[in-house]
Amino acid sequence: MLLAKIKEALNSLYEDIQEVPEAPAAAEAEVAAAETAPETETAPAPEAQAEEGEPAAGEGEAETEEAEEPAAPPGLKETDYKAKGYHLDVDLPPEKVVAAAEILNRENFFIEAITGVDWIDDQQLEVVYDFNHFDELCRVVIRSRLDRSNPEIPTISHIYQGANWHERETHDFFGITFTGHPNLEPLLLPEDADFHPLLKDFKA
Amino acid sequence: MNGLFQQDVNQETFILNLGPQHPATHGVLRVKLEMDGEYIVDAEPVLGYIHRMHEKMGENRTWAQFLPNCGRMDYLSALSYNHGYVAAVERAAGIEVPERAEYLRVITVELNRISSHLLWFGAFVLDLGGFTPLLYAFDDREQILDLLESVTGSRLTYCYFRFGGVYNDIDDSFITGTREFIKRLRKRMPMYDALVTKNIILIKRLKDIGPISKDMARRYGATGPVARGSGIDFDVRKHEPYSVYSEFDFDIPVYEEGDSMARYMVRMDEIEQSMRIIEQALDKLPEGEIQPKKAVKLVKPEKGDYYHAVEAARGSFGVRIVSDGTNSAYRLKLRSPTYSNLSLFGEASRGMLLPDALALMGSLDLVIPEIDR
Repeated sequence: MLLAKIKEALNSLYEDIQEVPEAPAAAEAEVAAAETAPETETAPAPEAQAEEGEPAAGEGEAETEEAEEPAAPPGLKETDYKAKGYHLDVDLPPEKVVAAAEILNRENFFIEAITGVDWIDDQQLEVVYDFNHFDELCRVVIRSRLDRSNPEIPTISHIYQGANWHERETHDFFGITFTGHPNLEPLLLPEDADFHPLLKDFKA
Repeated sequence: MNGLFQQDVNQETFILNLGPQHPATHGVLRVKLEMDGEYIVDAEPVLGYIHRMHEKMGENRTWAQFLPNCGRMDYLSALSYNHGYVAAVERAAGIEVPERAEYLRVITVELNRISSHLLWFGAFVLDLGGFTPLLYAFDDREQILDLLESVTGSRLTYCYFRFGGVYNDIDDSFITGTREFIKRLRKRMPMYDALVTKNIILIKRLKDIGPISKDMARRYGATGPVARGSGIDFDVRKHEPYSVYSEFDFDIPVYEEGDSMARYMVRMDEIEQSMRIIEQALDKLPEGEIQPKKAVKLVKPEKGDYYHAVEAARGSFGVRIVSDGTNSAYRLKLRSPTYSNLSLFGEASRGMLLPDALALMGSLDLVIPEIDR
C-alpha cells in the first residue's frame, strides 16, 4: 500500500522535468543496466517517451523497463527487494531532493543514512539518501548526480534533523556542499581538514 | 542602581567542555555544553577522535580482507557487524548460506547481544553512581565470552562469519554450556531486578528523565532500544526478517514512555527474548554443512548497489555496497545505529540538568568506535 502511495507521490516530481537531468552518462547507464539485469521480467515494449516518468503508473512494472533505455532518465523505478535490499530507486535532479524529502516526511518515513559515491570516470558525484519506514517495510533510495567540479545540493536538515550529521559527514568525505546547512563544519575529520578522503583521486 | 550591573540572567551562560576523556562518555567523545548555571542550554557532541575511515579501507582491500574490520567498529556487538557485512555481500554476489550456518549465526549473535546489554547495564548503573552491579554483570558476561571464545577463537573482536557460512562448527560442550548459561542468567535476572530495577534511587534518576518523543526519534533516524523506548515497534529482525529469524517465536519489547527508564527496560527485557531465541535455535539446530559445498573463493558481485540491514545491539546497522564487478568494493557505506541515536542528544538534552543529561547519554548506549568508524 505504502509503496504504491509513495511511488505515486514521488512520480509527481517528474512532471515538470523536460530535459534529461544532466545525469546519466555512459557508466551510470552501465550500472543501471546491471541493476535491472537480475529482474528479467520481459519488457512490454519499452516506451521511448520515458521523459515524463509516467504520472499514471499504477501497475508498477513499466518503470523498470525504462532504465534499459540509456538515453532516457531512469528516474523512478521499483527494484527487486530480494536482490537489492530496497524497494524504490528514485533518481532526481538536485533541486528536487528537498521536495522528495518533504513527501517522505509527510508519509512518516525516517532517514537511515546519507552518503556519496564518486563516479570519477563521469566527473560526477552522487548523493544517496536512504529512507525507511517504521510501520511498513518500504525502503526508498533517493539519488542525485552532481557535477564533480562544483558539487552543490540543497540541505534537507531542516526537514530531517538527523540529516544534519549525515550531510556533514558526506561533506567531510566528498567535499559536497549542502547549501543552507546550518553548520557544515568537519564532523569526523579534524576541524582544519581540507581534504576529502573518499574521493577516488585522494592521495594520502 | 545604574544599568551597569544589570544583566539578563538568561544570558549568563558559559561553555563547559565534557570529554574527550571522561568516564561518562565511555570512550573518546567530547560534548561542548553551553550551560546556564546547572542547566544545559545547548549541547553539541564533537566526534571523530577515534575515526579510522573504515569505509576507505573497504575500498582498498578485497571483500574478504575487510572481514576483520567488522569486529572493530562496535566492539561490544561485533558479531552483528559481521552479520551485516557478510549478508550484504552475500546478497550482492548471490551466495547461498546453509541452514545450519544461519542457525549458528543467530545463536552467536544473540549471545553477543546479551553480553553487550550486560556490559551496558553495568556501565550505565556505574554512570549513575552504583558500582556493584557492574561486577555482577561482568561475571555473567564472562561466561558468554568463554562460550564465544570456544567457537570463534576470540573474546571481543570477533571475525567468525564467512561469505556463505561460518568458520567453525559448534560442539556439544558449547551446547550444554550455553544451556547452562541460560539457566544461570534466568536465575540472576530476578536479582538484577530486585537489586537495580526496583531500586528507588535508580527509578528517581531515570523516570521521566530525558524524554524522546516518537517524532524526534523518527526525524533523527533513531533505531534500536532508543526507538523502542519511545513506543516505536521497530526491530529489523521482525520488520525485515533476515537470516532465519522468521522461524523463531520472540517478542519485541516496546515501552511508550520515551524516558531513560523506558530505554533501560527495553534492554533488560531484550535479554530474556534473546535467551528465548537461543533456546529455540538450539532445539531446532539442523545437521549439515556450515559452509557451501563449493567453497566461496572469489567474490565478485555484479555491478550495481545493494543494501542490507541487521538489528545490532544498538539498532539498525546497514551496509550499502556499490560494486563495479571487481573483487573489492567501489564504495562501502556503513550506517551505524548510535551515530543517528547520538545525533538527537543536542535537542533532547536542552534544558536538562547536567547529571540528568549524563543519565540520558548513558541510556543511549554509546559505543564511540562505532560512531566514528
